Amino acid sequence: MTSIIRFQNVTKRFGALTVLDNFNFDVRQGEKVTLIGPSGSGKSTVLRILMTLEPFQEGKLELAGISYHEPNGRGPFKASDKHLHKIRSNVGMVFQSFNLFPHMTVLRNIVEAPVAVLKMRRDEVEARAIELLRMVGLLDKKDQYPSQLSGGQQQRVAIARALAMRPRVLLFDEPTSALDPQLVGEVLAVIRGLAHEHDLAMLLVTHEMRFAREVSDRVCFFDKGRIVERGEPDRFFSNPEQPRTREFLSSILAG
Amino acid sequence: MMYGYEWDTSSTLAFATSILPILGIGLIVTLKAAAVGYAIALVLGLVLALLRRSRVKAVSWAVACFTEFVRDTPLLVQLFFLYYVLPDFGIVLPAFMTGALALGLQYSAYTSEVYRGGINAIPRGQWEAATALNLTRLQLYRDIVIPQMIPRIVPSLGNYLVSMLKETPVLSVVTVLDMLGLANIIGERTFDYLVPLSMVGLIFLPLTLTCSALIHFIERILPKAGIPLR
Repeated sequence: MTSIIRFQNVTKRFGALTVLDNFNFDVRQGEKVTLIGPSGSGKSTVLRILMTLEPFQEGKLELAGISYHEPNGRGPFKASDKHLHKIRSNVGMVFQSFNLFPHMTVLRNIVEAPVAVLKMRRDEVEARAIELLRMVGLLDKKDQYPSQLSGGQQQRVAIARALAMRPRVLLFDEPTSALDPQLVGEVLAVIRGLAHEHDLAMLLVTHEMRFAREVSDRVCFFDKGRIVERGEPDRFFSNPEQPRTREFLSSILAG
Repeated sequence: MMYGYEWDTSSTLAFATSILPILGIGLIVTLKAAAVGYAIALVLGLVLALLRRSRVKAVSWAVACFTEFVRDTPLLVQLFFLYYVLPDFGIVLPAFMTGALALGLQYSAYTSEVYRGGINAIPRGQWEAATALNLTRLQLYRDIVIPQMIPRIVPSLGNYLVSMLKETPVLSVVTVLDMLGLANIIGERTFDYLVPLSMVGLIFLPLTLTCSALIHFIERILPKAGIPLR
């Protein structure tokens, strides 16, 4: 299988702080990868760079064969707006804090971008949105506003919204961290359902270890801007090789 | 318009009643000036606020200087400048338009700050979600930022409407015959300034109170989460 994401010696700094240091990382088409690690280890930064929410300074990054930096690109992203649009057309993101648009109904939250950005017909998009809402179990909420929904419901709508853009890569940035414990399950169930989508690559930053073990093809443990250990989940969780990984896993499982 | 008018100065009440129709004409001019000025301030203020966010440094810097300059110099000076200096450059506007333009310019500097604050108050997550959905900058502002900003800025924008309304009498110094301009003429001709000037003040009171009430009403009925523009 070919790589859909390819980080080659990517370095990302915030001022004097180096968040990613000569980072190398590949994701295959349709692969589900979980990124774990202590906060500040750079795992969310990987997602934010992929979503073009953060620029990076050095190295090469490709998504679906498109390089992030343009040869003569200007500005912090070293790319034109047009080029950034091209990159983003292949990738979507689900945020920790949902970030639904509060002034739009659930249906409109999902429909707006495909109509505005992909220039699809509104009735076509609505049909697809209703299908997606049925999938996340929220069809009856289509005319409600985000403030009328629970956190778990909002996050499920956010997932439907991201999927409506038909991305090839979907990024999940701690999708259940802002939820009350009893709402985590319903969101994980939706994500678990997506794990069977063969064409969709998923990158998931999470602290839900059992879930990570269940859905991932591969787990990567981050520490200080590097991947310390990576592996197939059963091996990774039952027999971690690096002392730092063991330390982290025992601290998380204890807590 | 004053010629041919005679006023009944036999008693204060009769005098006040007889000048009311003339002041009514002035009131219309006052309202028109405020309406045109406010429309300019609302539109130009938004344009300035958006230009200030331009990624072209020179544009954002020039706009910042302009708004700062306009905010920090007196309205009266700007008004005189537009009225007496613009014609030197071949731009001759009627007194009323000059006045409304001066009001609009001054207040656009204020409203641009209101818009700027409103835009900055939109949570970062909204910008990021819009980016993740690949919206263009135009779509981002039109569909996400401005709709959510409106309910937040109505109170501040409303204050400036009331404030501008109260400042319209300044226009009388460039020969605009608003309420104050007319009251002055009546004073000159009857040697009684007390009644016409008091009347002007009294007419302003219900005007500004109505405006404030209207704004509070709008504030209450607007959906807090934002108003989709499309």
